[in-house]
Amino acid sequence: MSQATAEATLPFEEALAAYDPVLGLEVHVELGTNTKMFCGCATAFGAEPNSQVCPVCLGLPGALPVVNEKGVESAIRIGLALNCEIASWCRFARKNYFYPDMPKNFQTSQYDEPIAFNGHLDVELADGSTYRVEIERAHMEEDTGKSLHVGGSTGRIHGATHSLVDYNRAGIPLIEIVTKPMTGAGERAPEIAKAYVATLRDLLKALAVSDVKMEQGSMRCDVNLSLMPKDSTTFGIRSETKNVNSLRSVERAVRYEIGRHAAILSSGGKVTQETRHWHEDTGITTAGREKSDAEDYRYFPEPDLVPVAPSTEMVEALRATLPEPPAARRKRLQSAWGYSDLEMRDVVNAGLVDLIDETVTAGATPAGARKWWSGEIARRANDAGSDVPTYAASLAVTPAHVVELESLVTGGRLNDAMARQVWDGVLAGEGTPTAVADARGLELVQDTGALQAAVDKVIAANPDVAQKVRDGKVQAAGALIGQVMKEMKGQADAAAARQLILDTLVG
Amino acid sequence: MSELTRADVAHLAGLARIELSDDELDKMVGELGIILESVATVQNAPIGDVAPMSHPMPLVNVTRPDEVRPSLAAEAALSGAPEQDQQRFSVPRILDED
Ligand SMILES: [Zn+2]
Repeated sequence: MSQATAEATLPFEEALAAYDPVLGLEVHVELGTNTKMFCGCATAFGAEPNSQVCPVCLGLPGALPVVNEKGVESAIRIGLALNCEIASWCRFARKNYFYPDMPKNFQTSQYDEPIAFNGHLDVELADGSTYRVEIERAHMEEDTGKSLHVGGSTGRIHGATHSLVDYNRAGIPLIEIVTKPMTGAGERAPEIAKAYVATLRDLLKALAVSDVKMEQGSMRCDVNLSLMPKDSTTFGIRSETKNVNSLRSVERAVRYEIGRHAAILSSGGKVTQETRHWHEDTGITTAGREKSDAEDYRYFPEPDLVPVAPSTEMVEALRATLPEPPAARRKRLQSAWGYSDLEMRDVVNAGLVDLIDETVTAGATPAGARKWWSGEIARRANDAGSDVPTYAASLAVTPAHVVELESLVTGGRLNDAMARQVWDGVLAGEGTPTAVADARGLELVQDTGALQAAVDKVIAANPDVAQKVRDGKVQAAGALIGQVMKEMKGQADAAAARQLILDTLVG
Repeated sequence: MSELTRADVAHLAGLARIELSDDELDKMVGELGIILESVATVQNAPIGDVAPMSHPMPLVNVTRPDEVRPSLAAEAALSGAPEQDQQRFSVPRILDED
């Protein structure tokens, strides 16, 4: 599919031995507003082409845009959550260009007066350390139309004779969040890039301003990368890799670009400042269009939209609506759940915090919620190249299932081994835990007569062990429990068997 | 302001997708040059201590509630398109990805 061949790359370790990466990330987030940024057209995903357009978003002469109140509020809330200063007065600007993805021939954006600026986001890394990402700015703009390239064989640009444009997406509110250049990341640069995007996604989700679905394009990431020699403090020439749209790809793209830049620099070459395209399938980037003066955007203040001047009262009222920051929430939950640092980190890295929170709220124990969500289902999700929440949703497996499964165990119907079988059945789509247990005939033998008979039989067969227990070595009963469970073909409650053995021997 | 060249005009015409013949180009260089020169006289205005103004009305924070209003029917939206295909605007091929 990718026509360009991969360029030379230096192995990651070798590249890092000679150069320090400088990383910058630009993330575009589509807001989850009902309407577009400057008109009342709906924003529903997947509508018929050109069915959510009007004179304003088509840029017809005489149409007058008006700002979406919710769009501005969301932008300010995002800025506050990113610890930014909020502009007391700012304007929109026209970014003029000649591509047909905006029928107006410009995109309404913000130029040198972003609504939010100078913030930071602390990012937790896998080893438990924290890296502070400085935020340059977050500004309001609008999304562009979607083009379909036809006439060529591949559906991509090359060979296309013309483009078919759908303007439903044109005008949907976007917030662009730009980091300051990140230095000193070294070999952790790929991990930091991924962790930043993941942390930002969680934050935006907690703010409920966007559905942040990278696979549907409601959150998109551009990766800027340059290298400087170890002994230098002067930034090198950067590349800008566009539309890196999954967490894993963000990490891979940074890693790839480090290797590519290092190969060019170490052979005495010069990196070209350019836009690169990321290829998910092959994991490489290729050169996009060159920067030309078609990209001299000739920004100027948008005369049709009046300035935005949020009052201190408005900003403070919005600050009061901010949710608990995800990092603080994790600390609170860890202490409420009684998880160790390691357990909590595993749960966070597996993206299980929300699922466990819901499950505990629905009535499960924290230990049970963690056990069931991080066991078999995590293995299967991983095999499917997915994560547990997405995978569970695709199977329609819910917190209620875990609560029910656990209550079957605590209620004495199932032992742990049986519960695992029932969970397998639930994951295989056989129904609720109770339905699976019924269908598979899984039930602990409640008949104490049968259990007593098994206990008596095992005691008679193991007089030495039985004597040890009688002499007070209670832990020796473990060997007898195993045999009783075997006698009962696993259909007994181990705790009940233990009690009965002790009652029989010690009285 | 630097002189407008024939290459400048050809470049702008290309960006704007306006086809100009050689004769038209020659003519445009002259005419646009005169227009730019005329407009440039505003640069002689005494604006030393006048703040730049982008908006003539002293208004801020004009917003609308986030409520859906009817859009155009797709047919109406496409009615002014020189070409259309699959309920989309058909345009000459473009360089960049969407
Ligand atoms: Zn519209």
